[in-house]
Amino acid sequence: MGKYVIKRIIGIIPLLVVVSFIVFLFIHLIPGDPARLIAGKEATVKEIQAIRHELHLDEPIFQQYLIYMDGLLHGDFGESIKSHIPVMHLIGERMLPSIELSLLSMGWALVFGILIGVLSAVFKNRWPDYGGMVTAVSGISLPNFWLGLVMIQLFSVQLGWLPTGGADSWKGYIMPSIALGAGIMAMIARFTRSSLVQTLKEDFIRTGRSRGLSSMTIVFGHALKSSLIPVVTVAGLQFGFLLGGSVVVETVFSFPGMGRLLIDSIQLRDYPVVQAELLLFSFEFILVNLVVDLLYGFLNPKISYET
Amino acid sequence: MAEIVTKTDYMPKSRGKLRSFCAAFIHKKTAVASFFFFCLLIILALIGPSIVPYNPQTPDYNHVLQGPSWLHLAGTDEYGRDVFSRLIVGTRLSLGVGISSVLLGAVAGTILGLISGYFGKWVDKTIMRICDVFFAFPDILLAIGIIAILGPGLQNVVIAVAIFNIPSFARVVRGKTLEVKEMLFIEATRSIGATKSRIIFKHVFPETFSTIIVYLTMNLGTAILAAASLSFLGLGASPSSSDWGAMLSMSRDYMGTAFHLVFFPGLIIFLTVLSLNIMGDGLRDVLDPKSKD
Repeated sequence: MGKYVIKRIIGIIPLLVVVSFIVFLFIHLIPGDPARLIAGKEATVKEIQAIRHELHLDEPIFQQYLIYMDGLLHGDFGESIKSHIPVMHLIGERMLPSIELSLLSMGWALVFGILIGVLSAVFKNRWPDYGGMVTAVSGISLPNFWLGLVMIQLFSVQLGWLPTGGADSWKGYIMPSIALGAGIMAMIARFTRSSLVQTLKEDFIRTGRSRGLSSMTIVFGHALKSSLIPVVTVAGLQFGFLLGGSVVVETVFSFPGMGRLLIDSIQLRDYPVVQAELLLFSFEFILVNLVVDLLYGFLNPKISYET
Repeated sequence: MAEIVTKTDYMPKSRGKLRSFCAAFIHKKTAVASFFFFCLLIILALIGPSIVPYNPQTPDYNHVLQGPSWLHLAGTDEYGRDVFSRLIVGTRLSLGVGISSVLLGAVAGTILGLISGYFGKWVDKTIMRICDVFFAFPDILLAIGIIAILGPGLQNVVIAVAIFNIPSFARVVRGKTLEVKEMLFIEATRSIGATKSRIIFKHVFPETFSTIIVYLTMNLGTAILAAASLSFLGLGASPSSSDWGAMLSMSRDYMGTAFHLVFFPGLIIFLTVLSLNIMGDGLRDVLDPKSKD
């Protein structure tokens, strides 16, 4: 097991390097001279030269990458072109609300997704199943920004129960997390259902029934445990969806998180911030997938670690 | 049962395939309903501009921000334009972006997947490693990054959404190709000296086709959602166009006063994606029953 973990961790290092190189190239792929972009339209040739030298843009590209990575490893992401605040600082204050929002969304999506999935599987082809699966397919098809706007209209404008945006109190987290979690809940519900339906056909379940165990014990005590293994994988894959969705949902609710920072920075053409955000999002995604992989191996004793 | 399986193993093409598909698909009532709804959307996309009750571009400052009524089924916007007409005209734009981006991604992904699966070895390894790199970026974020480079605009949305579709198609088609490659009729074709490109495109590709169709339908819904999200964020269609996502984005400023401006464009996006997802589920059950629960 330990060997397997180490092997997997070493295995993602090349991926991290390639991804960081692509994100590093990002600023060079934008049409136009980055130094001129940073200096602004009125800058003189001399000023542009100075910026070029300061940002090491006059060095060979590989050298630039090494300098960039050196900075990264020391926690230096450069500074914002617009506000001249270090990018690290900008992201730092946005990170916590974003992480809280993601975890909250994932949390309730898991709870309700599994619940709906279990109900649907237990009452297969009866009305709780139809109801659950209609909810699930609708959840997958709902544009999350629209769900957010409809909730704002209902709960903020009409009823006045919840704030329209911001993250000043816990109330500001309720609607964004629902908008963000709805699609994931739906996916988890579908996978839980199909996985549990499979498990309920297994021999050991029939043995349990013949021993006279109650349905509750069979479902929650025996079947669910082995059905949840594929659900873990799906939940991990959905994390990417969560990161992408957070960009949209945070914009809808004016939520002070990393997603909205990304959109604001793209609109301001604040490329160092965009670059850092893309890097962090992809690293986060890679790491979550690694954790899911390891967890999957840990949960499923059938998987051999030798390969 | 086993006899039938071995028969299809060396006789991949049969005349009754389409007929038996239709016979099975017809029993999926919601999927059939979704199919007709999607056909309606396609018809609207084709002939929409010539059947709309109002000119979607003409402002009418006497009827600004009116709620739904019999005159204006979905109300009017901030310039007094009929929202219902704008939604119908927008079908062409929104569906067009979704369909063209998924098709582009599917064609490129399928070719890569076929090559990767058929040739194996280092070709396969290289293509799959490149796909892994693309998978390292969460999908819509990859699109946002690409648009940050190319600049906003619908054309760039198509390119961005197409690019994030390529690796997933490549992976699925590769898996199917690996399976088909080992079948008897492929070996037979190889033994009579058919060229590699002929085997791949004339014999392997048709076998992967049903998987591709299922995947295409499912990804189309996702692509329409992604394009709408990008337009909503102001990275896609120009705010003045009648693209559904752009209409939603514009109407946010009128949330409190004219909720119908937010409600209807979102509803049509939701119904479109819902119909595609239900259709995709139905197609998968019929064409690719192995992946069914």
